[in-house]
Parts: sequence; structure tokens; C-alpha cells
Amino acid sequence: MARITAGVTTSHVPAIGAAIDLGKTEEDYWKPVFAGYEWTKKWAKENPPDVVILCYNDHGSAMSLKMIPTFAIGIADQFQPCDEGYGPRPVPVVEGHPDLAIHIAQSLILDEFDITMMNELDVDHGLTVPLSLVYGQCEKWPTKVIPIAVNVVTYPQPTGNRCFNLGKAIRRAVESYPEDLSVQVWGTGGMSHQIQGPRAGLINKEWDNAFMDRLLTDPEGLAKVPHIEYLREAGAEGIELIMWLIMRGALGDKVRELHRFYHVPASNTAVGHLVWEPAAA
Amino acid sequence: MIDYSEIDDIPGTTIFTADRARRGYHLNQFCMSLMKAENRERFKQNERAYLDEWPMTEEQKQAVLDRDYNKLLELGGNIYFLAKLFASDGLSYVQAVSTMTGMSVEEYQKMMLNGGRSIEGWRSKSKGI
Repeated sequence: MARITAGVTTSHVPAIGAAIDLGKTEEDYWKPVFAGYEWTKKWAKENPPDVVILCYNDHGSAMSLKMIPTFAIGIADQFQPCDEGYGPRPVPVVEGHPDLAIHIAQSLILDEFDITMMNELDVDHGLTVPLSLVYGQCEKWPTKVIPIAVNVVTYPQPTGNRCFNLGKAIRRAVESYPEDLSVQVWGTGGMSHQIQGPRAGLINKEWDNAFMDRLLTDPEGLAKVPHIEYLREAGAEGIELIMWLIMRGALGDKVRELHRFYHVPASNTAVGHLVWEPAAA
Repeated sequence: MIDYSEIDDIPGTTIFTADRARRGYHLNQFCMSLMKAENRERFKQNERAYLDEWPMTEEQKQAVLDRDYNKLLELGGNIYFLAKLFASDGLSYVQAVSTMTGMSVEEYQKMMLNGGRSIEGWRSKSKGI
């Protein structure tokens, strides 16, 4: 049977991708950001999954406003990196796992999560920056990836609770897949940031750190936090953090923290990063 | 009617509601068209002529020509879509975002390096906190 072996969360700041692509990771500004991922890179090499279910949001790249699916799953063989206006990132094509993706879609829909299935999905920095942070520069990503895109751009976004429950449903879906696969669930985005209007540049370290603590010890309570609190306390774009609750829901009741990192700033954003694994109940 | 009073109470912030997504639909679709290199080229050659191909309001077109990002937010633009416009201009997020704050790029970068903008005073217009 397939099983969920670990969860990762990370910010997916586009400038981090640009720093990697342009060879700036050793510069004074970027060094402390990448230092926070050194532990993870080593861990990732020693614990290769077969598949990563990567929860992210599209930033007006593959999904226009023509259709705004709340949750969508990529069921294709391959996902191409987008040109977001600077030219496509020089990163490998992302290989999917159609069999598991379709199984998850079916399981979720029968579990009353009406997810949109995508046969075509170009992926932007929201998906490729986390892969670069964990796997560095490579010819081929060392894992297959199932993208799950969440609408966090147009209000109303799904609730934190819906995301938490989606994570639980993903766990049920994975555990009912007959092949023996090691599957990780990643939640990306955040932490506090606002990139628009006169309040741009907002960072709320206290709130971010409390969010990580509660995600570990009180996810049920954290899941009840309403949108307005994210928008007000973590910035208009900080609401991406609801996607971290998908990872938390997928890991089960008890988790063990392997690694935690927090740094300000990367571009306009507070960077947060967690590596957790399910613990025996 | 949907009650937006809480989200409208956040100072210096425009939450991209479904209403704004409706109002800004063509503006944001125009921005997305700049993801193609040939469209960026055509836009750069004659911005006004390229904009006239889109059913946008005159106010929206003028705000694009002016690169007035706060105005574009007000007219239904979303920052992730507007990013295609400033990316076409060769600007980074920090460079473009700082123009909305009344700070210079250097001042804004310095604020970020010092831990970012503090939340104090930026929570609520009505409560002044």
C-alpha cells in the first residue's frame, strides 16, 4: 500500500528561484536563506519519495480568471514550467504520476471533495521554487510530482478547515492505493507577506511563529482561524498559509518535527520551512 | 449582499474579491497575454495600440500606461497578474511593489532587511490599531 512518509512546508518566493537560477545563492543577502535548507537537502537525498503531492497556488500563470477552481489536481504525465514574463525558469519538466493522481481524484470526489481534474497544467514558481529549494539544480527532478492547485488569489479562498480536511482526505486516498509507494505531501506559500498597496512589506514574525507552533500542537484550533485574521495579521498574500494545513491534515494526528527554519526577508516575504514526519499515535 | 466591511477595514490593502475579479477581468487577461514573448514585443512597440485590442475601460488603459499600480488595484487588477506587466518592464517584485508604498526602492529594501513593515498601526482603519 502507498503511505505518507513525510510532510514539508516552505515559502515559494519567486526571487528565491531567480537567485538559484542566476547563481546568487552565495551572496550575503541570500546565504542565510539557503543555509536554512541545507539540512533538508541532505535529508531529501537520504529519504527519496516516489511521489510528492505538492500543494501550491498558481499566480495567474496557467490559470487565468476564465475559470477559478478552488481545488485542482494535475493528472497529466508532465507539467511544463511557465513563462511568467521573465522567460521560463531553466528547470526540468515536472513528471507527474497519472495513475496515483487519478486514484486520488476519484477517492477525493467520492469522499465529497469535488476537485477539478487538469489534463494540462503549466506550473509556475509556486511549484518549481519548492522543488529547487529541496533538490537544488538538477537535470531531472528525483521524484514524480502530483500538483494540487488551491485558489488563494481570489477571495473567498477555501477555509483553513477545508484545507485541513482535504489533507485528511488525501491521506485516506493515498492509503487506499495498492502499490507500495512512499508519498510526501508538501504545503507551500507564505509566510507573512503583502506585495500590494501602501501596506506592502508587512511582516509579522510573532504571528508566523505562533502559526508554526499551533500547526504542530493544535491544528484543529488553527484550522478554525478565519480568513480575516490571515489577511489582517499575515498580509493580503499571507493567506497562502492555509495550504500548510493540507500538509498537516495529511500527516495524521501525531507528528514529529525534524527541521524548522524561519528567516526575514526574501524579497518581500518571511520565509518559513518545516520538515515533519508522521509519528505513531 | 456580501459584507466586505471587515476586509475593507484593513489599511493600505485591496483584497482581490470575486467582485474585483469581475471588474478587472479584461485588465488581468491583458496582463496574462504578456506571458508570450511575441506579445511583450508588440506591447513594447506600441502600448496604446496593444491596449486598444482589449475591452478594458479607458481608466484601466491609462493606469497601465502610467504604471500606476495602486490605481490598477483599485480598478480590479490583481498583483499576480500585474506582475506580468512589471516583469515585461524588467522590474523585480521588490522594485515594482515599492512604488505602491510611497518609499524609494532603497528605503523599501532597507525596511525589509530590518525585518519588514511592523503590523502595529496597520491592523484596522476604524480602530486605528
